[in-house]
Amino acid sequence: MYYLKMIFRNALRHRLRSGLTVLGIVVAIVAFGLLRTVVDAWYAGAEAASKSRLVSRNSISLVFSLPLAYSNKIRQIDGVKAVSYANWFGGVYVTEKNFFPQFAVHAPTYFDLYPEFVVPPAQLRDFQRDRKGAIVGRRLANTYGFKIGDSVSLRGTIFPGNWEFVIRGIYDGAEKKTDVSQFFFQWDYLNETMRKVAPRRVNSVGVYVIGLSGADRAAEVAATVDATFKNSLAETLTETEQAFQLGFVSMTEAIVVAIRIVSYLVIFIIMAVMANTMAMTVRERMTEYATLKALGFGGGHLAALIFGEAAVISGLGAMLGIFLTYPIAEKFGKATGTLFPAFRVHDETVYLQLACAALIAVIAALVPCWRAARVRIVDGLRNIG
Amino acid sequence: MKIPYSYTFRNLWARKWTTLLTVGGMALVVFVFSTVLMLEEGLRKTMVDTGSYDNVVVIRRSAQTEVQSIVDRTQAALLESQPAIALGGDGARMISKETVVLVNLNKRDSGRPTNVMVRGVGAGAVALRPQVKIIEGRMFRPGASEIVAGRSAADRFTGAGIGEMLRFGQREWRVVGVFDAGKSGFDSEIWGDAEQLMQAFRRPVYSAVVAKLSDTARFDEFKKDVESDPRLTVEAKRETVFYADQSEVLANFIKYLGLTLSIIFSIGAVIGAMITMYASVASRTAEIGTLRALGFRRRSVLAAFLLEAALLGMTGGVIGLFFASFMQLFTISTMNWQSFSELAFSFTLTPAIALKTVAFALFMGVVGGFLPAIRAANLKIVDALRAV
Repeated sequence: MYYLKMIFRNALRHRLRSGLTVLGIVVAIVAFGLLRTVVDAWYAGAEAASKSRLVSRNSISLVFSLPLAYSNKIRQIDGVKAVSYANWFGGVYVTEKNFFPQFAVHAPTYFDLYPEFVVPPAQLRDFQRDRKGAIVGRRLANTYGFKIGDSVSLRGTIFPGNWEFVIRGIYDGAEKKTDVSQFFFQWDYLNETMRKVAPRRVNSVGVYVIGLSGADRAAEVAATVDATFKNSLAETLTETEQAFQLGFVSMTEAIVVAIRIVSYLVIFIIMAVMANTMAMTVRERMTEYATLKALGFGGGHLAALIFGEAAVISGLGAMLGIFLTYPIAEKFGKATGTLFPAFRVHDETVYLQLACAALIAVIAALVPCWRAARVRIVDGLRNIG
Repeated sequence: MKIPYSYTFRNLWARKWTTLLTVGGMALVVFVFSTVLMLEEGLRKTMVDTGSYDNVVVIRRSAQTEVQSIVDRTQAALLESQPAIALGGDGARMISKETVVLVNLNKRDSGRPTNVMVRGVGAGAVALRPQVKIIEGRMFRPGASEIVAGRSAADRFTGAGIGEMLRFGQREWRVVGVFDAGKSGFDSEIWGDAEQLMQAFRRPVYSAVVAKLSDTARFDEFKKDVESDPRLTVEAKRETVFYADQSEVLANFIKYLGLTLSIIFSIGAVIGAMITMYASVASRTAEIGTLRALGFRRRSVLAAFLLEAALLGMTGGVIGLFFASFMQLFTISTMNWQSFSELAFSFTLTPAIALKTVAFALFMGVVGGFLPAIRAANLKIVDALRAV
């Protein structure tokens, strides 16, 4: 009790200095949390992806398509439960700033393969009946104010022309991590339009999504699919959905690495600020510490006082920082719109923030503690700060 | 009367550890600040160098990139006959009909696949890009399954080095040369014969047509002619504009991320400077009283403390900049979201960035030192002298 009182009194002696230090720690903890959340958002697509679904694409690269005829061949392979397919559409909604993923999907089968996209059955039926129908994610609908029955027009970049859609359904995510910012429409609509305007590009599929009869058969089925189409005009590359998504992340890895480094750099900077504060505090109180020593208190006692003070300041900053991280992350997520599939603060981030705060306190108190514990009474009493 | 400068210098020196920690914090902030500016500049320079002002790129209307674009042979022939296009030494029009595709290649260091741009070019391509020079081996022969790789592509992708083989489109392609494109975007590409690549990929269309204008002022005329021709569904852009547009998203991302980080970090550094300066004032109260009693004005005390803070910032700035300048040795390679392909660019330090960085550091120091300096200047002589 007496210890705590002493520590708090000490922490409050230089209110301005302690306040500034706490503020610095709050800023650092919030920044750290935000940067971690950005990195997590980067991986959100891969995190939400399933290991029990396979994605098959053209082995040259994603810009090449696969023939529609593969659909039946894949279905015959042992271990394949269901097959669906999709094309990346890459259309522009009003202006290029409004980015969200759009896919032309095989309407009868696609949503069966994705149980995490929860669509009310009536809406799904409406979507499947309407050639121009579309199903959008809840977050996308909220961002642009899409309602069921609304017409939406997209300007095609890969598939030229203006495309008209009618929203027939809004899906929710089964889990928090599910991407609810996508836009799905009928693959048949795309194909029929291409038949009119660009007959050469008819019956081409961007990726096949393969549902497995058992998750343990992923590697085996993937190898069989690729072997089936080996040496054909369109060889396939099949991998789990998660590996497929991670492929995208690894292409922008340099940026992720940079953000990671920077997120630790901010902790490092604040460590310097905090160490400075503690060093100053101890230097100014050297006479006091010498007095305490003269009264018979040991070096361990002094060390506990200094560590305690650092822990109080850093802990206060960390608490405020973590508390503020949530609303700020939410604002930030809103501002970026549908750029990231999900933007939320993970529990792991909070633990890391706490760990960083503890580390800051320990490192900052280390040298001052050592100095206070080692000072000789005579020298300390002679000290004039 | 002014307080001598040496007083300020010695004060900083007297508190070596505190000064060092504050300067260290500042230096880190400045390092991040200048690194981001250098990265943005590097990206900008790479993209600007890729295009030439005299060249014009024609792609399908509303396609944003060459990969998305389709220009068929008839349209390409119509474009070739445009009068605004310059004539080369052989009397032919200076034009290159190109087909651009993405191919997955593995990175040498991590083994991970990434998208690499493969550009099928015509005979005129090199004449249109004077920055492209073969530095090793030779140019590919038209009609052969040969390719040449840009310098950074050859370094970074498995199979893209000279003498190696790449397999795509059911064919083996031999890398017969490496070209240097003066740190432009072409350095990250692989070039081959357009006709051969079109056959291999079963894609009997071009992606884009690049042409040199006979007179740069004829761009508007050219644009009007091709975009109003009902047989053509294309749009024309100056090559410089085209490549600047291609990197816009990435450039903006770097800029906004960098700006946000710099602001957050500078708050930390300013707080650091403020704590140091407040402590510096507090521990020197009696000294300040003495100075005032000797006849130094409030103004001089204010100036001395501001100078001290500015010096802290300046030192941090110079140290941070010094370390940041070594970043120029590194190259960043990442996917450009818009073209969906790998792009390498390096950190580039310009005098303007150096100036901005030092100004930023100075600003942080002065902002951090302002309030403490005012407190120092406002001390009453009697009270200050009484302080222990």
